[in-house]
Amino acid sequence: MVPAAFRVAARRRDTADTWTLELEGPRPLEFRPGQFTMLGAPGCGEVPISISGDPGDPSRLVHTVRAVGPATAAICAAEPGRVLGVRGPFGRAWPVEEIEGADVVIAAGGIGLAPLRPAIVQLLARRERYGRIVVLYGGRDPDQLLYPGELRAWEAAVTVDTAAPGWRGRVGVVTKLIDRAEFDPSSAVALSCGPEVMMRFAVEALRRRGLPAERVYVSMERNMQCGIGHCGHCQLGPTLICRDGPVYAWEEVEPWLAIREL
Amino acid sequence: MQSIAELTAATPAFAGLTSRHVELIADCGATARFAADEALFRAGEPAERFYVIRHGSVTLELAVPEHEPVTIETLHDGELVGWSWLFDPHRWMFDAHALEATSAIEFDGACLRRKCEYDHELGYQLMRCFASVLIDRLQATRLQVLDVYGRRRSG
Amino acid sequence: MSAPPLHVLERGAFDGLFAALSRRGYTVIGPRIAAGAIVYGELHSADDLPVGWTDDQDGGHYRLKRRDDEALFGYAVGPQSWKQFQLPPDVRLFRARRGGDGSLTEIEEPRREAPRLAFLGVRSCELHAMGILDRVLLGNAHADPADRARREDVLVIATNCGQAGGTCFCVSMGTGPKAKEGFDLALTEVLEDGRHFFTLESGSEAGAEIVAELDATAAGDGEAAGADRATARAAAQMGREMDVTDIRELLYRNLEHPRWDDVAERCLTCGNCTMVCPTCFCTTVEEVTDLSGEHVERHQRWDSCFTVDYSRMHGGSVRRSARSRYRQWMTHKLATWFDQFGSSGCVGCGRCITWCPVGIDLTEEVAAIRATEEAHAVDR
Repeated sequence: MVPAAFRVAARRRDTADTWTLELEGPRPLEFRPGQFTMLGAPGCGEVPISISGDPGDPSRLVHTVRAVGPATAAICAAEPGRVLGVRGPFGRAWPVEEIEGADVVIAAGGIGLAPLRPAIVQLLARRERYGRIVVLYGGRDPDQLLYPGELRAWEAAVTVDTAAPGWRGRVGVVTKLIDRAEFDPSSAVALSCGPEVMMRFAVEALRRRGLPAERVYVSMERNMQCGIGHCGHCQLGPTLICRDGPVYAWEEVEPWLAIREL
Repeated sequence: MQSIAELTAATPAFAGLTSRHVELIADCGATARFAADEALFRAGEPAERFYVIRHGSVTLELAVPEHEPVTIETLHDGELVGWSWLFDPHRWMFDAHALEATSAIEFDGACLRRKCEYDHELGYQLMRCFASVLIDRLQATRLQVLDVYGRRRSG
Repeated sequence: MSAPPLHVLERGAFDGLFAALSRRGYTVIGPRIAAGAIVYGELHSADDLPVGWTDDQDGGHYRLKRRDDEALFGYAVGPQSWKQFQLPPDVRLFRARRGGDGSLTEIEEPRREAPRLAFLGVRSCELHAMGILDRVLLGNAHADPADRARREDVLVIATNCGQAGGTCFCVSMGTGPKAKEGFDLALTEVLEDGRHFFTLESGSEAGAEIVAELDATAAGDGEAAGADRATARAAAQMGREMDVTDIRELLYRNLEHPRWDDVAERCLTCGNCTMVCPTCFCTTVEEVTDLSGEHVERHQRWDSCFTVDYSRMHGGSVRRSARSRYRQWMTHKLATWFDQFGSSGCVGCGRCITWCPVGIDLTEEVAAIRATEEAHAVDR
């Protein structure tokens, strides 16, 4: 349970409350897209944060973190040179190898783009192994959008719930992007991450397009303390999100999510 | 060059209409073009028409004092713009303008209302089409209002 | 397959067991009376046991009463379980010095500090509970070596119950009253016809070696029968019972049953049940510093799924209502535990019933759901 020391090499502000940190540790941290680490500011506590870097280049550990509590605030405030604690990587990854050959629809919402970024990067690095790669991203408003330069490079379809002056892009829910995206629903696979409500509506929109729940994968979250299946907190029905997830086929978790306050 | 009837038939909201109904509706239609930033309609003006976007995008906005207008939603290829023509007081609730050069079909609302009074089957089918669009818009608006990505309130 | 030979130890020679354990450097932990309850503490001789005492247990009720004999083990289980040794309530995972840049130095992980322990008086239900906790803690791919170390050197001396407690239902759960495995030595206390003796069954080489050193004789048929009568008496006296037929499927089908609302009106979400339960294992990880901020410690502490904070995420808690939290505890214990660990999480010890301030009884809750399931059937 002793964390490895990782030093902040670079720090970039993404939005009003989100920062991306690049960390260097004793060794490059090999990971699979969708995995997370228990990231901590020593003395403050640890939180589970998805890795958002390129799995093909683990020389730096990349984390996009939103400051929502004392631990994340301390992590976001860590300037280059500061040391953070890292345990991991943990969890089940996006099935990027298993879905070769198909069109891939990435439906991300808000900070949910961060856990999907490694998958997008890996898919695009092996472009020839997949059909169309469609990135759909919804955020709250234009100032809350992550990775704007990469969104352009990925030719992502982007929408916001609320516009800001000067915004000439789409305004509307991310499910509308799904309605209009170009992909072959008879064989496409979808990877989705964002607030649970958004994922539920995204799955419904995909279903309406003819992409059934068995080919939709999501990344779940719950309260985590240990990250290693020991403390019991991250249970969702019979499954432990730190160990059996965070990536699931939607049909695995859907029956449990249907029960309020489970 | 597609005819108005062909374009009307191809409108997703009108999918499932019989060709007779499509023709009746298309008879009230005409092509329209808007330059970037050109207004389609303004809040408060009489609403006697609606549009189907062929190509381009339109923003729906609400003017708010002390503020730039707030964009409610953007609409794109194949989408319906405007339902205030259906019911009294037949006045637009929002401003709409083209975000880019946009081509559309403009339908004469008064013309269509007369036809529906005469042909109730047409009226019923048209109402079904619009009800479906309205339900989708309401659903989407509710999701937007939920502010799912926002800073959650503590609970 | 023949059963290992049974031996007999007279009451008068019982302290020979303590001597044998002491010679081997064991610290003996077993039942003793403290603050009006039978808890687990250090024992030096038979006199330290609750000699001549028994317990009166029911939903939300626990009292010690004098027996009319001098039995050493004439009671059921108390509020503590052996879990406090497998999974201590507060474990310091490490401590370190924190530098100005946040780096940790002088990192100290805990050494195995405990003396060699001999557990005396472990009931069959408790043996099962220890086995269940072993699967949870040691079966984990990231198992902490400290957890394994805590279990390695423990000598387990079981006691077969001669009478059942008021809230016991080990028979329903298939976990007793007779201990079958998981012990080094198993005793059955017999008080009959003016005699007071213990039958001894060794369950390991270590146990057999200890028996060989005691003033024990081979058991005759009469004595073996006496032991059997004692455990049969316990089996017949169960205070509660639970029909566990298809219980996992039963609970999965009834996650929205109105009975949960019923129990929610009574449950205080105090978490007593999770504290006394010998298999509840949830912990929280906390980091603390001293006032200077220079010293950091990370602790693992017992936690309870009954707290609102347990399921807290940045927006709020997932299980806000008492209903959802009680449901989580009970369905984890009796249903999802099967999916996670391959067995039930409940051993029928009855502690949760006894120590619930309002006497909520999970055997009663299961029975109520089973009985009214059809009336409230919901399509899933």
